[in-house]
Amino acid sequence: MRPFAYVKPADVAEAVRAATEPGARFLGGGTNLVDLMREGIERPDTVVDVTGLPFDTVTELPDGGLRIGALVRNSVLAADGRVRTRYPMVSQALLSGASAQLRNMATVGGNLLQRTRCPYFYDHASACNKREPGAGCDALDGFNRSAGILGVSEHCVATHPSDLCVALAALDATVEVHGVDGTRRVPMAGFHRLPGDTPDVETTLAPGELVTAVELPPVPAAANSRYRKVRDRASYAFALVSVAAALEVRDGAVTGVRLALGGVAPKPWRATRAEDLLLGGPADETAFRRAAEAELADAVTREGNAFKPRLAVATITATLRELSTGGTAR
Amino acid sequence: MRVTEIRMKVNGSVESLDVEPWVSLLDALRERLGLTGPKKGCDQGACGACTVLADGVRINACLALAIQYDGREITTIEGVTHPLQEAFVRHDGLQCGYCTPGQICSAIGMLAEHEAGMPSAVTGSQGLDEAEIRERMSGNLCRCGAYNGIVDAIKEASR
Repeated sequence: MRPFAYVKPADVAEAVRAATEPGARFLGGGTNLVDLMREGIERPDTVVDVTGLPFDTVTELPDGGLRIGALVRNSVLAADGRVRTRYPMVSQALLSGASAQLRNMATVGGNLLQRTRCPYFYDHASACNKREPGAGCDALDGFNRSAGILGVSEHCVATHPSDLCVALAALDATVEVHGVDGTRRVPMAGFHRLPGDTPDVETTLAPGELVTAVELPPVPAAANSRYRKVRDRASYAFALVSVAAALEVRDGAVTGVRLALGGVAPKPWRATRAEDLLLGGPADETAFRRAAEAELADAVTREGNAFKPRLAVATITATLRELSTGGTAR
Repeated sequence: MRVTEIRMKVNGSVESLDVEPWVSLLDALRERLGLTGPKKGCDQGACGACTVLADGVRINACLALAIQYDGREITTIEGVTHPLQEAFVRHDGLQCGYCTPGQICSAIGMLAEHEAGMPSAVTGSQGLDEAEIRERMSGNLCRCGAYNGIVDAIKEASR
């Protein structure tokens, strides 16, 4: 691994100061960053280890939501009783990702900042605009089974790999960040960026800004929620398509719905078009399918991922059906 | 680049060692302390051969920087005495044996997680059945395909 300086700041101010220097990167659980450093894709001069900072608890918010410290480990959050009861799709999303060892290391803040798993991003011999701006994109006409179909550009078709972020997007979570100018709160929808012609710029974070917490608002419908992940093998693989859905039904009508998709876009994809079509309408198979098809109407496919729109429609429909039949009537 | 002195309790004894920041916990254990039980398979967190216990929790030592584990308690296969070891032999759960140290450390961590009520993606099934064991052990790959024996060994040791 390329040599780097290591600092372990004692407080947030010191962490932010250290990370504002050019070539500095925050280190949490290391499950993505250390791997990318070993591959020579991330080449920090200074690693700012934030794991000593006091952001490792889950606490209640006065409005009934939850505040999740950025350093809470994935396995700990997945096991949290409040999360499992109020937001089961968050726990399921976490448990569907990586392996137990990795979940024991990985942090919530780091999860938001993981890089794509597009094979061309990892391959120095290939062109990748995300790894090397202006180089081109070999995924466009290459092995693009995992590539995105929504929100992609001619410069990048990579997907965001996180499962957790899909559930957070569906819940309208808020990300709290600390920077040199103080604290600000970023809605999940505005945290990640679409690639456009700058796929190397993945988030709206300013240099040195540190994610300190994620807040889940109270979402009563989320008690009846599900994260369903479709992949090439049953376990320990990234999503081809995933669905985070919450559904509330009264007298056969949809009175509350949240829907987000993973594996299909460069950011966790909030399916607002489908949500708008579903809300107030009948909670039946036809409506679920029509809403899913509307969400996927703008899909742009390539040779390897032409199956994804159909798979996404089927997965959305099946997930909503499951929630409408097995869910708790409220 | 400056080296830093770190202290870890490894398999019960306190070790003090000088590491550069880029030395992984796996390399520190193998090359500085001579503990070659934890294996360097993929070096990317994908195969689980490097699995060790940090304060009793299973992690991939290859993705851990040693400097981050200053002051922690590490257990490698060299520090393990557990019924799993004999169960692995009895059920032919080790073939070439390369993945075995990681499998056993992982299984010890897994049994503790299950005991503590931590869920998995298949939780809902009855107790620690085969589906649970396979899901919870999915971070450990075996190229010989000794999975059936490994599952049987873990099942036996969990009783």
